[in-house]
Amino acid sequence: MKGGSAMKSREKRKDVLLKLEKFGRELCEQIEKGSFPHITMPSRSIENIFYNPDLRQYVLGNKTVRRSAGNIRHLRPFTHLVWMAYFTHELTTNQKTSTLRDVFYSAQAYDISFQDQDESDSIITDLETVLGYTREDFNVFPEESSAVFGDLTIEYTVPNYEGKRLNLTSHPDGVMIGPALTSADFVETSADKVIAIEKGGLFTRFIEERVHEKFNAILVFLRGQAPRSTRYFIRRLNQELGLPVYIFTDADPWGMHIAMVIISGSANAAHVKELTTPDAKWAGVWASDIVNYKLPNDKLEDVDIKRLHELMRDPRYKGEIWQREINLFMKNQRKCELEAFSRYGLTHIVDAYLPQRLKEVGDYGE
Amino acid sequence: MNEKSENLYVIRIEDNGSGIPADFVPLAFCQFLFSSKYKLKQSRGTFGLGGTMTILYGQITTNKPVKVISSTGTSKIYEYTLMIDIERNRPVILDRRVRENENKWHGTIVEVYVEGDYYKAMPKILEYLRQTAIVNPYASITFVDPRGRLYKFERTVSVLPPQPKETLPHPHGIDVETMYRIIRVTSCKTLLDFMQKHFHRVGKSIAKNFLRFAGFPEDADPKKLKPEEIVNLVQAMKSFEEFLPPDAGCLSPLGENLLKAGVLKELEPEFVAVSQRKPSAYSGHPFIIEVGIAYGGKIPTSEDILLYRFANKIPLVYDESGDVSWKIVKSINWRNYGLTSGMPFAVLVHICSTKIPWKTVGKEMIADRPEVSREILNGIREVARQLDIYLSKKEKAKREKARLSIFAKYLPKIAEFSAKLASRDTPNVDELLRRLRRLEGG
Repeated sequence: MKGGSAMKSREKRKDVLLKLEKFGRELCEQIEKGSFPHITMPSRSIENIFYNPDLRQYVLGNKTVRRSAGNIRHLRPFTHLVWMAYFTHELTTNQKTSTLRDVFYSAQAYDISFQDQDESDSIITDLETVLGYTREDFNVFPEESSAVFGDLTIEYTVPNYEGKRLNLTSHPDGVMIGPALTSADFVETSADKVIAIEKGGLFTRFIEERVHEKFNAILVFLRGQAPRSTRYFIRRLNQELGLPVYIFTDADPWGMHIAMVIISGSANAAHVKELTTPDAKWAGVWASDIVNYKLPNDKLEDVDIKRLHELMRDPRYKGEIWQREINLFMKNQRKCELEAFSRYGLTHIVDAYLPQRLKEVGDYGE
Repeated sequence: MNEKSENLYVIRIEDNGSGIPADFVPLAFCQFLFSSKYKLKQSRGTFGLGGTMTILYGQITTNKPVKVISSTGTSKIYEYTLMIDIERNRPVILDRRVRENENKWHGTIVEVYVEGDYYKAMPKILEYLRQTAIVNPYASITFVDPRGRLYKFERTVSVLPPQPKETLPHPHGIDVETMYRIIRVTSCKTLLDFMQKHFHRVGKSIAKNFLRFAGFPEDADPKKLKPEEIVNLVQAMKSFEEFLPPDAGCLSPLGENLLKAGVLKELEPEFVAVSQRKPSAYSGHPFIIEVGIAYGGKIPTSEDILLYRFANKIPLVYDESGDVSWKIVKSINWRNYGLTSGMPFAVLVHICSTKIPWKTVGKEMIADRPEVSREILNGIREVARQLDIYLSKKEKAKREKARLSIFAKYLPKIAEFSAKLASRDTPNVDELLRRLRRLEGG
């Protein structure tokens, strides 16, 4: 188990650097030949995003776009892209990381001005598309971080911590899933499953109630829509350690979609792969649970219903359980939060619901 | 100009013109309707009223005589002190002196006392002088005002517009009174001769056709026509359509070069376009419209359109809103020419005619004659189009410059960061920039 991921991440880093250097070399050659520097990359427009049932995620089609520095409309974003390539090459070479916000400010030191962070974020997405790697692969991370807790020993690969080990039960609040953890090697674990939870309150409750011991689980706190590094981390837990993943969210279309993005990815990230965990399972809270467990609930609002209609047509939601739950939501017109279980005492969810549900979902297939 | 006491001024005007023959001086300055026109040519005044009116005004407000000094460049300079005998419309010579003209000076000097309020009139006076300088760019004008301030409008050209030729009156423009005057002095014995001799562009065959049309025998003696026959003849002249249009040789327009020079000199714009329209005529009176448009530079921005009006090289500074040019300028959709109010531009309209179509006796407004307003409108359109083209080109050049500067800013950065990425020397983007510049040139 040990060493595999470190090797992989080193190779990946090398490949990222090579691709960035190749990008720069091509532009130089174009200029030297007397043509305006240009690049052709996959189009991310909505017509070029397709659902691939085999990969169980969205992918980009064959359409490409050409960006040329000879076109005044492309010139500025093109310059941004080249600078971004240069900047992330520096980051990756020096094994430094940067947040999206950092990147936005760093640009100013090079007399490259982004209007706002949205602009720099979108250039980062361009670079992902050009390279076919995620921003985490070239050391750019989002601000928000989620956390993990459980019996998993990791070994850091980042500078100054190389070789240091940590057991992820060592901190009662969990360990932040940041760049260092994402790139760490997995050394050993006694867990046999991963339980991912949308909300922080419940994550803490689970730790307090020792769910990780009672259910032999690694607990992941998603903090709403999970950041990419967390999705990547969950994927690694699933693929490298072979652990099944169970996701718990609020019982509403938004919670359902949090689970879906971990399983099948988002359309926004159709240009990147290796972020999804196709075998992860949405374990609750379901529309049917609201009735079966007599949970306190709210009426669906108009936006919820609109969202349900959208999900119903979404190819990712073809599976039986999804269609069943969407229809139930529509039929009952009710939704509820994870915390609704507290209506029956703080430990009810852990004592009654969780064992029952894990037993059930262990069997269900897509 | 000097203030002698409160509201009493002495105005001294001097030119270096041809001077006035000594014997004509009293009549020229102190008798109304001195000129009697049988022939026509464009001139600043019509009846010789303006100068005499000023002297009369000075006399009735101050009871002081006028002093006129003139020489035609002979060995003598004549100096008159004159008053007007108002009842008899005759000059009264109070004093007459003759001096030696050692330097062969020629010109005229008039010194007249008037009552007035310079400070109130000052803006209009200065504006009048400035506008006079616009349409007389070959003249140097110097004005010392009662405050002792010197205003100089220097000439920038030394060519004069061609002198107008005297012409006969056009039959379409004849009135009964003029007809009487011509009959009184004619030596012709037959109407056929009379028509050819006294009217503009009337030859033998046209005269014959006309007399047949009017129902007069060719050999009728003009001096024996009865009053009602004269009226009939005049009316027939107005309605006969085969007369040739008047020739504009009697007009003295400024010409495009001089108008342009005047505008450049006094308004100092960034751009000027001028146009002289082809001669036209209304009611037998030939006229030429000259228009100009000036943009930018020292032209002020104003909420309303800046309009300069001129008639026979004289600025019209009063009653703007009643003038046909104002009406036309306001009717134009300036947006079609890329102009909006608040942009710095001025429109100039100059009408030259043997008979300016005044709207009122005040001689400050041009009347809305269809022939005249058509020429003004088309003239303004023409120069406005030229300005539009200029502004579009300027805007385009500005855009191109901005475009180039964007390339000049970003291409080197692309080269720099690409080179750093690839660990090689920064490629030179000058050739790419040069190519962009060439593209824009073409």
